[in-house]
This record gives sequence, C-alpha cells and structure tokens, in this order.
Amino acid sequence: MRKTSPLLIALAWLIVGIPFLWGFSQTVQKAIALFQ
Amino acid sequence: MFVAACCFGAGFLVSALGVKLHNLWIVYLGYGLIGGIGLGIGYISPVSTLIKWFPDRPGMATGMAIMGFGGGAMIGSPLAVMLMKSFATATSAGVAEAFVTMGIVYFLFMMIGVLLVRLPAEGWRPEGYVPRAASAGLITVGNVTVDQAFKTRQFWQLWLVLCMNVTAGIGILETASPMIQEMFPGHVSAVTAGGFVGLLSIFNMAGRFIWASTSDYMGRRNTYMVFFTLGIVLYATIPSIGHMGSVPLFVIVCAILLSMYGGGFATIPAYLKDVFGTMHVGAIHGRLLTAWSVAGVLGPVLVNYIREYQLGQGVAKSDVYDVTMYLMAVLLAVGFVSNWFMKPVDDRHHYQGTPLEA
Repeated sequence: MRKTSPLLIALAWLIVGIPFLWGFSQTVQKAIALFQ
Repeated sequence: MFVAACCFGAGFLVSALGVKLHNLWIVYLGYGLIGGIGLGIGYISPVSTLIKWFPDRPGMATGMAIMGFGGGAMIGSPLAVMLMKSFATATSAGVAEAFVTMGIVYFLFMMIGVLLVRLPAEGWRPEGYVPRAASAGLITVGNVTVDQAFKTRQFWQLWLVLCMNVTAGIGILETASPMIQEMFPGHVSAVTAGGFVGLLSIFNMAGRFIWASTSDYMGRRNTYMVFFTLGIVLYATIPSIGHMGSVPLFVIVCAILLSMYGGGFATIPAYLKDVFGTMHVGAIHGRLLTAWSVAGVLGPVLVNYIREYQLGQGVAKSDVYDVTMYLMAVLLAVGFVSNWFMKPVDDRHHYQGTPLEA
C-alpha cells in the first residue's frame, strides 16, 4: 500500500488544527469568567 | 461525503435566500432539511470509514470522528457571530451574508475531506493486529445485515440506551444558558452564561474522544454502565448544589455530565460494531440515530414544559429545574436497565454469505 506523504499529513492536521485552536481559545476566554 | 458537502453547503445558501426574502419556510428548507441531510450523511461517513481503518481500536476511531463533530460547535458559533458583526450595516444584521460565507467555507473544508479520505483495501489490517477467531461476550465475529439488525431486540435496546443518554444530555445543553442564570440569580450574567455553554461544548467534545477510547479497554457495556450510574448520581445532586449556591461545583458537575453525553454518542458506533459486526455498521448506525432525533425533541420539550408548569404553580425561578433533574435521573435509570440486559445477537440473525458493503 502506498504511504501518504508526511507533508500531506502535516497539511491535513493544520487545516483541522488552526480553526480548532481559534475556536478553543475563543471558548476558553469566555468561560474563564465563571471561575473569577 | 461529496453528497454531504453539496447538501450542507447548499443548505446554507438556500437559508441565505430565505433570510433575504424574509421567508422563514425557505430557511427551514435550507438549514433544516437540505442542510440536515448533509449533516446526517456527513456524520455517518467518517465514522464507518474510520472503524475500518482501526479494527483494533474501534472506540478510539469513532471517538475521533465524533469528537470532530462536537468540536464544530466551538468553531461555528464564534465564527457566525464574527461574520454577522463584520457584515452588519445600518439596514441589515448581516445574517444572509454570514450564511453565504459559512456555506462556502464549510463546502470547501468538507471537499478537502472528500479528496483525502479513502477506504482501506479489502483485507487490510494494521501491523500486528490479529482479528478474533471466535465471538466473545457481546463482541461478535459474525455480521448482521441492516434489515436483520432492525428485527433484533439488541437494536431496540441500544436505541433506548442512546435515546435516554441523549435526552438527559440535551436537556442540560439546550437550556444551559437560562438555567445557570435562573439557578444562581445575581451571580451569573448573560455573557458568563455564554461562557458556560462554551465550556460544556469543550467537555462534550473531549468526552467523545476520551470515553470512546476508554471503552476499547473497559468494554462498551461497562462504559455505558458508568455513564448511567454516575449520571443518575450527578443529576440527583444538581438541585442540592443549586440550593447551596455553588456556581463552580454546578459547572464541574454539568461538565462531567456533558462529557458522558458526548461519550455516549461516540461509543455507540463501536458498540454497534461489537454487536452487529462491521459489514453494515454505517447503515445500522444511521437507523439508530433516529433515537437522537427523538431525544432532540424530547429533552428540550420536557425541560421547557416542566419549567413553564412549575412557574405557573408559583415555584421560584431558582427552583424550577429541581423536578427536571430528578426526571433526567429516572430517564438514565431506564437506559441503565436496557443496557444491563444486553445479550449477544443470536447466531440465526448472522449473515451467512460473503460480507458485502452497505
């Protein structure tokens, strides 16, 4: 079976990871007020 | 997945048209029906594909796929707000433009998935993985077709398990913002309540991966036993926590409950794979998700109906959720019983020919 290029795997993780981290940071910023 | 991308993207565009024309029915048609079809197909496809790539860790595989689905709320919600703000003018709230942008963005992202995702070759196995030679406990080595699965009592038991777990979770999730504000008057503002909803979505997402992965070691039945047992205890303690006035404790309990709600979603495909085999697991999962649809109506209706009734009876706003929480504990007890009596599918239901894809 042909192996997937590591570059393509890194790109796929970036496509998922960047929006996820943005959404996560937005959510945490709002939620932090609950514990202040 | 291509069909899912087209339907989901088109659903947003049709909704934008509905907003422009001020016609709510077009919005229902777009976001509800067309977008809903795209959402349903897009939910099932990665789950059934990943199960085939990870036959040795089906819980982790379904957890990863369904975690992505749960995490989407964390991105979609702030993105929609940001887009509406940037498109807002003196005469428009920017909703139609936000719908169009989101439709295009979702379509493009889903198309990346369409181009990347592939099914493994027939007979492919992970290195070092040796499939089971014989059925053990609830885990079968046979396969049950989707039509045959529908006729087994195990399908309906799992339907009830999912429905009860989701009804209880949605009951909190859908009313989280007004609930925390009313239970702790003067302590939680609308903005902070928004943060609470966001926090629940993080735990909902994390629970999908963590609980489903754990189920590979604990077993699916035992994992649901934990959900139901711990869930009953936690739901039953929420009224007391409300009367104590402890916001942090309330948040922690709700976060654990929502992690188990997400965990229930993510573990069910692996449970189906154990009980009915991999051959038609995607199609069987699709039919089982009717339990989610029922729960999606039942949970919020129950919470809102009981709240309104209690308010009509003169109960204080901070106490109107007490009965609801006890009722959720009862629903989880029903799920517990259904899961307790799970038995392997009888051999007569197993498919005898060469395995076929659904």
